[in-house]
Amino acid sequence: MLHKLYDWIDERLDVTPIWRDIADHEVPEHVNPAHHFSAFVYCFGGLTFFVTVIQVLSGMFLTMYYVPDIVNAWESVKYLQTQVAHGQIVRGMHHWGASVVIVMIFLHTLRVFFQGAYKKPRELNWVVGVLLFFVMLGLGFTGYLLPWDNKAFFATQVGLEIAESVPYIGGDLKTLLAGDPEIVGAKTLARFFAIHVFFLPAALFALMGAHFIMIRRQGISGPL
Amino acid sequence: MTDKKNQVSRRQFLNYTLTGVGGFMGAAMVAPMVGFAIDPLLKGQKDTEFIYVMDVSEITNEPQRKTFKVDQVDGWYESQVDRTAWIFKTEEGNILALSPVCTHLGCTVDWASNEQYPNQFFCPCHNGRYTKTGVNIEGTPPTEPLHAYEYKVEDGKLLLGKAKKR
Repeated sequence: MLHKLYDWIDERLDVTPIWRDIADHEVPEHVNPAHHFSAFVYCFGGLTFFVTVIQVLSGMFLTMYYVPDIVNAWESVKYLQTQVAHGQIVRGMHHWGASVVIVMIFLHTLRVFFQGAYKKPRELNWVVGVLLFFVMLGLGFTGYLLPWDNKAFFATQVGLEIAESVPYIGGDLKTLLAGDPEIVGAKTLARFFAIHVFFLPAALFALMGAHFIMIRRQGISGPL
Repeated sequence: MTDKKNQVSRRQFLNYTLTGVGGFMGAAMVAPMVGFAIDPLLKGQKDTEFIYVMDVSEITNEPQRKTFKVDQVDGWYESQVDRTAWIFKTEEGNILALSPVCTHLGCTVDWASNEQYPNQFFCPCHNGRYTKTGVNIEGTPPTEPLHAYEYKVEDGKLLLGKAKKR
C-alpha cells in the first residue's frame, strides 16, 4: 500500500534521488562505533541536533499556553505545568533539554578541537559552529526570563548588568536588550519572548543549514 | 542460505528493527506533547452554577432584560462575565428566561426593537425574528428557537444556570 503510493509519487516527481542524496551515504569506518568503540565521540553533533529538535517541538507546544506578559506569565506557566495534561513533562523536556543541549554542543566542540578537525579546509564550518554556540547561549539567556519568577528576574538583571559593563556601548546595549533604560519589566519580557521564539530560532536554522551543507560538501575529517 | 523464501536479509532485519525502535522513541517524545495540545478536549464540562437574577414577584408577562454576573475561570485568568436573559411569564404561567443569542449566527436579539414587529424578538444582523416564546419564525434566517436558561426558584428568588437548546 505505502509502496504503491511511494511508487506513484516517485514515477511523477522522481523523489528518490532527493532523499538518497540526504540519507544514503556511507559512514566511514573510523566514524563507526561498530568498528572502533571510541568512535562514539562522533555522535555528539548528531545528539546536539536531536536535542535541538526536542527543544523546537516542546517549545512550539509550550507557546500554546504561555503568555509573555508580566501579570499573566507566571500564572500561565503554573497553569500549564499543573493543570494541563502532561504539562510537567513537556515543560520538563524544554527545561532540562536547554541544559543538555549546551552540554552536547560543548562535547561536540571538544571533539572537533582535540581532533584538529577545524583545520583547513574546514575553518568556515568551525566559525559557523562557534556562532551556533553563541545563538544557543542567547536562547538560554532569553528563555530563562520567560517564567517570570524571582530566579528568572534576578538572573536577567545580572545578565543585563554584564551587558552594561561593555566599554562605550554598554549602556545602550542594556537599554536595547531590556527595552528600557531603567526598568526590567513588561517591555523586557515581551522583547525577550520575541527574541527567544522568532529571532534566535531563525538565526539558528540558517546557521544549522550552513553547518550541514558544509559537512556534506567536505565530508567528515579523516582518521587521526 | 538455501531456503530463500523465508530468509530475512540482514538489511531487512536492520531496517525493521531500526524503524521500530526509532518509531517507538519518536512516539514517546511526541505523545506527551500531543496530550498537552489536546488538553482542552480532555477537560470535562464544569457543573452549572445557579445565580440569583431577580425576585419571582417582579416577573411580568412582558419580557424584561436582566443582566447577571457569572464567575468564569479561563485557564489562569479568573473574572466575572455578564450574561443577559429576557425573562417573563408565559400564558400558561411558566417562567421563561431566553438567551439573547440569535440561533442563526450568534448576534444579539432584542425584544420589540423593530417597530414593524412589536411582539417579537428581532435580530438586526439578518432580520431574524422569533415569537414571544422564542420560537423562530418560518422564512427568517434562524433555524431553531432561542436557547432558554435552566432555572430554579428558591424562596421566591429566580436563579439562572446555563442557556440550553430547547
